[in-house]
Amino acid sequence: MNVADKKRLLREMLFARRFEERCYEAYVERKIGGFLHLYSGEEACAHGVLEAARPGHDYVITGYRDHIHAIKCGADPKKVMAELYGKETGSSKGRGGSMHIFDVEHRFMGGYALVGGPFPLAAGMAKAIKMKGGDEIAICFLGDAANNQGTFHESLNMAKVWNLPVLYVCENNLYGIGTRIDRSTAVIDQYKRVSGYDIPSAQTDGQDIEAVYKAARKAVDHVRGGKGPYFLELMTYRYRGHSMSDSNAYRSRDEEREWSGRDPIIILRDRLIEAGEITKQDYKALDTEVLDEIEDEVIAFAEASPEPRVDELEKYTFAENDPWVYGGGR
Amino acid sequence: MAEIMYWEAIRRAHDEEMARDPMVICMGEDIGVAGGTYKATQGLYDKYGPERVIDTPISENGYTGLGIGASFLGVRPIIEIMSVNFAWLATDQFFNSAAKVRYMSGGQLTAPVVVRSAGGTAHQLGAQHSARMEKVFMGIAGLRVVTPSNPRQAYGLLKSAVRCNDPVYINEHELMYNMKGEVPDEEYFHPLEGSEVAREGRDVTLFGYNVSVHWCLQAAETLSRQFGIEAEVVDLFALSPLDRAGITASVRKTHRAVIVEEAEAPVGVGAEVMAIINEECFFELDAAPRRVSAVNVPIPYNHKLEKAAIPNAGDVVTAVRKMLGK
Repeated sequence: MNVADKKRLLREMLFARRFEERCYEAYVERKIGGFLHLYSGEEACAHGVLEAARPGHDYVITGYRDHIHAIKCGADPKKVMAELYGKETGSSKGRGGSMHIFDVEHRFMGGYALVGGPFPLAAGMAKAIKMKGGDEIAICFLGDAANNQGTFHESLNMAKVWNLPVLYVCENNLYGIGTRIDRSTAVIDQYKRVSGYDIPSAQTDGQDIEAVYKAARKAVDHVRGGKGPYFLELMTYRYRGHSMSDSNAYRSRDEEREWSGRDPIIILRDRLIEAGEITKQDYKALDTEVLDEIEDEVIAFAEASPEPRVDELEKYTFAENDPWVYGGGR
Repeated sequence: MAEIMYWEAIRRAHDEEMARDPMVICMGEDIGVAGGTYKATQGLYDKYGPERVIDTPISENGYTGLGIGASFLGVRPIIEIMSVNFAWLATDQFFNSAAKVRYMSGGQLTAPVVVRSAGGTAHQLGAQHSARMEKVFMGIAGLRVVTPSNPRQAYGLLKSAVRCNDPVYINEHELMYNMKGEVPDEEYFHPLEGSEVAREGRDVTLFGYNVSVHWCLQAAETLSRQFGIEAEVVDLFALSPLDRAGITASVRKTHRAVIVEEAEAPVGVGAEVMAIINEECFFELDAAPRRVSAVNVPIPYNHKLEKAAIPNAGDVVTAVRKMLGK
């Protein structure tokens, strides 16, 4: 990771933070409906891992906290915001919403709302990659609490038995909705849990993007090298509640202060400033530039876009005019 | 046209589709080395190898999800769930992922998987191996549900389901795998929508699907021979979407309807068919439609109790006679 990469990643993470904060505002303004799960505080996880992989080439899947993974894979932020606004121009044409961002062109294979749902889907994509003989890998991002689902165990077992090219990334933010990990989970260190499936794993600081990148490099090389699945645990923290309906009463202010002192964007920013690569003024200018872009392009696009047509309500339920429905003829 | 068994028909469809397209795979418990509980995949492991004929761990939700994920990238999995009772465990992935992904991605992703399973009540298998779950599957938007009543349908429906771009659930029956019937020697693709008139009649329509088609046909013979009643039998091989036009056309002809289902009545096929009749041709009716269905209990082990829980051809005859006052 060279200086240019670090500067680019600083901008990407800052963009992600401002994007999510703007979502918060739009939600309060009731421009965004439903559930909204924000990624603020966890930016170094998606950015560090995908920087070590090949976004747009590797297949990526995640849960419902999915906006930033999609954007890092190459999804247009305008389309992601339009999706949150429920517009026809949205990445899922307004049919998915915040929890179901998809951009198949960039191989972002979706956000799924059943906790643990993507585990076997990722293994399946890896099975397909293996059958086709490509050099892609499947990457599945999920939170720590998903590891208490049966799909975690079933998928790790199958991924190992069939030696599938899948990287499981655990974004351990210490909470499953509003329940702290030690109150719900017998083994706190998630990377230890996969030893039961003889899958190599590692745990690293999820707030330091350079540490994430380094650990992810090793993980990605392992998987792409045909050595089977790998499990990477990143220790991180979400600044907002689980979703917008969350009062956040279950966390202490001391704990929140401690983690905000380890902000992934500030860590990288200060490192670049210390190295003399950027100044405080540069950072401020960057922030202004990002905020303007989000307001003038992203929000403006979402606001101006049309809603889906009600007479197309049933579109996308089934394949259109599939001849095999009629016995191959017609 | 050769006469083959239901399991042989399913096996032939697998074999032909796998030979044609290297992206077609099959997976499930004991389907490979062991050859499949109902022999539907017999010999395929030796022919196509372990990468395409996959013996899975006993993890129904996990391997169903894995098949769905593979289908996102163009693989065409045929997933066998040994017994429909175990399919409950896989409904999370099948209902939440496969059925919804096309819609919630705005048409970007599809899950062209086939899930086949043995449903129905067999002989004294007890409450947890005797489920009839088709009514659950047919209530899910985004899924196609078909159920073959004979070897020709078993072959042709699987052939079409593999090639169709929607997720398809095929409801088979534990007691039907050894049933013999004619299957065309040439390739045959059965439509995934519609219904078939299995017997022409004028006095009453008996609607059946899967095993209950045979109860209807038996009952129709008895009704004709002993009571001079000519029953039409309509085979609802497609349970979702149901064939509104076919159901309506037959009722317009006979003006009477009896729906025969192996499952319990509540929220079932019979209820749906009755709703369609009410909506489409209520004023054509000469009698209130009736259902012949299972007693609403978990299926008992004892053979007498089990027999009493599940309807049969005699129950169909009784229902028709009551309806016609004969």
